[in-house]
Amino acid sequence: MNTMNPSIAAKANMQDQGAEIPVPADRPEDTIIEEGRTVGKPFVDDPKFKLRNVSVSYGSDRAIKDISLDIGRNEVISFIGPSGCGKSTFLRCLNRMNDSIDICRVEGQLLLDDEDVYHSKRDVVELRARVGMVFQKPNPFPKSIYDNVAYGPRIHGLANRKSDLDEIVENSLRKAGLWEEAKDRLDSVATGMSGGQQQRLCIARAIAVSPEVILMDEPCSALDPIATAKVEELISEMSESYTIVIVTHSMQQAARVSRRTAYFHLGHLVEVNETDKVFTSPEHQLTESYITGRFG
Amino acid sequence: MSDQSAQAEIVRNSLKRRYRKERRFRLYGILAIFIALASLFILFADIIGKGHTGFVKTTITLEVVLDSELMYLDDPTDADQRSMADFSAPIIAALQEHFPEADSAGEKRELGRLIGTYAASEIRDLLIAKPDLLNSTQSIEFPAHDRVSVYVKHPDNSQYSIKLSEQQQRWVDELLEKGVIDTSFNDVLFSRGDSREPANAGVLGAIVGSLLTMLVTLAIAFPVGVAAAVYLEEFAPQNKITDFIEVNINNLAAVPSIIFGLLGLAVFIGLFGMPRSVPVLGGMVLALMTLPTIIISSRAAIKSVPPSIREAAEGIGASKMQVVLHHVVPLAMPGMLTGSIIGMAQALGETAPLLLIGMVAFIVDVPGGFLDSATVLPVQIYLWASSSEQGFVELASAAIMVLLTFMIIMNALAIWLRKRLERRW
Amino acid sequence: MQTANLLPLVLVLAVVAYGLAYMRSRAVAAPLGGIRNLKALPVYYASRAALWCAIPALIVLAVWAGFEGKVIQGIVIATLPQDTWPESPGQASLILSQISNVAAGNLNPEFVPEHIAGAASVLEAMESQSENFKAALVLLVAVAGAGFAWTRVAPHINARLNVETTLRRIFFVCAALAVLTTAGIVFSVILETVRFFNRVPISEFLFSTSWSPQTALRADQVGSDGAFGVIPLFTGTLLISAIALLVAVPVGLLSAIYLSEYASKRVRSTAKPVMEMLAGIPTVVYGFFAALTVAPFIRDVAEMVGLQASSQSALAAGLVMGIMIVPFVSSLSDDVINAVPQTMRDGSLALGATQSETMKKVIFPAALPGIIGGILLAASRAIGETMIVVMAAGLAANLTANPLESVTTVTVQIATLLVGDQEFDSAKTLSAFALGMLLFLVTLLLNVIALKIVRKYREQYE
Repeated sequence: MNTMNPSIAAKANMQDQGAEIPVPADRPEDTIIEEGRTVGKPFVDDPKFKLRNVSVSYGSDRAIKDISLDIGRNEVISFIGPSGCGKSTFLRCLNRMNDSIDICRVEGQLLLDDEDVYHSKRDVVELRARVGMVFQKPNPFPKSIYDNVAYGPRIHGLANRKSDLDEIVENSLRKAGLWEEAKDRLDSVATGMSGGQQQRLCIARAIAVSPEVILMDEPCSALDPIATAKVEELISEMSESYTIVIVTHSMQQAARVSRRTAYFHLGHLVEVNETDKVFTSPEHQLTESYITGRFG
Repeated sequence: MSDQSAQAEIVRNSLKRRYRKERRFRLYGILAIFIALASLFILFADIIGKGHTGFVKTTITLEVVLDSELMYLDDPTDADQRSMADFSAPIIAALQEHFPEADSAGEKRELGRLIGTYAASEIRDLLIAKPDLLNSTQSIEFPAHDRVSVYVKHPDNSQYSIKLSEQQQRWVDELLEKGVIDTSFNDVLFSRGDSREPANAGVLGAIVGSLLTMLVTLAIAFPVGVAAAVYLEEFAPQNKITDFIEVNINNLAAVPSIIFGLLGLAVFIGLFGMPRSVPVLGGMVLALMTLPTIIISSRAAIKSVPPSIREAAEGIGASKMQVVLHHVVPLAMPGMLTGSIIGMAQALGETAPLLLIGMVAFIVDVPGGFLDSATVLPVQIYLWASSSEQGFVELASAAIMVLLTFMIIMNALAIWLRKRLERRW
Repeated sequence: MQTANLLPLVLVLAVVAYGLAYMRSRAVAAPLGGIRNLKALPVYYASRAALWCAIPALIVLAVWAGFEGKVIQGIVIATLPQDTWPESPGQASLILSQISNVAAGNLNPEFVPEHIAGAASVLEAMESQSENFKAALVLLVAVAGAGFAWTRVAPHINARLNVETTLRRIFFVCAALAVLTTAGIVFSVILETVRFFNRVPISEFLFSTSWSPQTALRADQVGSDGAFGVIPLFTGTLLISAIALLVAVPVGLLSAIYLSEYASKRVRSTAKPVMEMLAGIPTVVYGFFAALTVAPFIRDVAEMVGLQASSQSALAAGLVMGIMIVPFVSSLSDDVINAVPQTMRDGSLALGATQSETMKKVIFPAALPGIIGGILLAASRAIGETMIVVMAAGLAANLTANPLESVTTVTVQIATLLVGDQEFDSAKTLSAFALGMLLFLVTLLLNVIALKIVRKYREQYE
């Protein structure tokens, strides 16, 4: 099994990137990032996710260092930052996708609706049914379009009758804006679709189990601009009924889809604020350097 | 959203059932592994249980008076006299010393059947070697008869049937008490070839036969396999011929081994008129069988040599052949050797093709060369396992242990070699 | 001189040629100002000389040794008086063995007909002549080759190119040996099979339901042709293979799944090599185990529950064969399961599927083509397995599906028909080759299909 590899690769990646990031000459690195000190507005009232002092380590390497953040209900929040800054790692903690990596350890408090995500009695299956995820590379199962969307409802037993299931599939595909394109070929294999369609199918698949939160890990990085635009449009529409956390490489995308934006740097959460605030008047020097393209 | 909380409720309610399924699935997996490992354990336990007695021999030590009158023999160097002589008489006389009451002809015959069938010829051979021992008294250790051996070694084993008469059993019990019948390490097993009599049969002939056969296999399969792998990896152009060769190699790797026996029979024996039963022939057949394994593993080893090393050598003006012979092949050698040893271990355990080319013959002598009739260890095991004599079952198991020991050594060697010569690029 | 002695002698000559050419090239180079003025390094001139010396000589030796027996036999037969010429190949081989026995001194020439004794002396003379001619010719070729190479040690000749081209050709021949082996197999089974079908119609072979080649022994009896219907052998083979696969597929597949998806690293690193030991055990050991332990055990158990079981039941052979191919199935399944991309697993887990649901509903269907390919390979191995069935299955060609009865297989029949003394040219002996052909074709077909499926499957995820 390959579960070891992503973590090792991530680690290697992190070190490479860390070495390349230029540090402004007048400010040595240790003075500009203080542990647990995040500028901007990390906290909101009545949050969906309440995260306090979260650290993640792979073996002896700390990938996430003491992050505190709230994620509001039905808000879209973007995580941005240079690659290897830990934003994906952090995202994967939220529905415990890191569990399968043996050496990964998560510390701190992660509360979903005031319930501890990492509590020993916490059920991962139930958690993931509530916190869905869409991945960087579209990963439809090698089954029909219908079976892809119906997969989640089937395993969770959400539909009692075939007609219920049909309804769920249709609704999910409609929400994902894929119904018109897919309704005539529900039985054809999903891997035959275009990249953008595949990714929207994956979103439909996630929606089909009616999650409360959807995590998106660079959902458009493998797509062309037109497909990207469609997915972004979809994200904006979905923001009415879901809490969406999106990791993105593209600042424009963050600016277009999200209400708040969080900037990560070398495992630290440097700044969180309203999106336009972050992009127009960043408070932290590193944020400014990043959004003005000094590194990234 | 109410939809969401309602669904969350459904999910929660289904969990118990789903986790039960999860546990059951996991249990199946554990069960499967348990079955596989238990089979291995039972197999080993069975063979060791059956075979450990094969390493023990039962002997009868007697004070034999080599009386010339008893044997009707005054000159052991005279072949005519020898052919008329009765060499078993002194043995029976020596046994009678222990049981003077048994003097009827029938009882004497019964007594004589305590000793192995070849005891008389041992006396004859002794006298031929040292004629002046005639009329002297010698203390000689004879192998006990198969039936005595079974009675002594497996008194309460239901798999063996005791074929001694009650009187013989009493005799054996008494001799055991006196220490005349004794058990000791079976050195015969490692110093003789095959025999009709379990007590005189050994695996040395088969071991030497296996060794000779393997030498031939190695001498052919290793260089040819490596050369073929080098050609296919480094020189072969992308064309139909190369494709055809590759398809052939892949298919040969999966051809049943007995088919190679047919090849040996029809081509090597039938067409080229090679002699049957000889290590050269067996080695050639096994070499053809092992070739695909060696080629495939050698190619993998060549592939793992990083291109940077090739480029470095080419960069200073080495020819393709020089790059291959000076750099690629030495660097790939550990992998090639490992693959070859594993292929050789397979060949060592192979039986079926050798049956067809006559290596299944009954051969008493230890082979002395590549063109002597020989058998090999696995075939010897087959022969003994199909023999009706009870004593051969434990010998077959013992031979299996010897064979497995060789294979474990070879595999350990392969692992050691891989660890030892492993390079880190 | 015998081949066994000629071979080392040629090699020694090659070494000598190497040494001489090496010195010669240095001598040629010396007046020119050192070896840098040669087109190639001295080792290449030397290697070329060694190759020139050894290769033609070895080819001559191989050809001569390969065909001298047949040629001499032909000549000896031709010297026999016309009225005693053999009428069939079987008779010929009988006469020839008589002749060679006389020539070898095993048979007193006084006890055989005069023409045989005469032929024996011809044979003896021919053999010693052949030996002498062979030795002379081989040595001559070796020396001539080395001599030619000697004359070609010159500064303007690039010996490296010659050597490299020759080596490359040798490498090619080695690779092409695989093709030659396949050709040899095809040749050896086809010839005899055609002869077999001249006696027994192919329709009888393929469709008759009775197999008893032994009756062919009594050639003088009425209706003694024997029965050569392959169906009972084939069903026997299928029965045993099916039992083996019924054991090996679930056990191998489930253990591969457990080891790759659930087991901790430590369990995996111990359990895997131990399971692979099963694959390394020689088949004769499994045969021994099946015949002497499992079969009696099954018979006893069957008796306990009131069933009749043969002491050579198909079940015993099948079970043990199944155990033997477990590691085969498990390592192939392991490969294909690991080839399914991790993103597939993540996608399913992220929807809240349990590990077993992910396995059963996503990974397994995705890996199915590869697994089927693996099972076909395992089936081909089970069909071709010989020793287990030779030792544990019977000889009686029963047409039955009852695993407690004794059945026989294609491989068992090949082995029994060809072990021991064979009558040349009898339908009985030839039938073994027809069976071999059938076995070869079936396993080849399975392998080709399986390899194709597996390759297609691999490409899908690359």
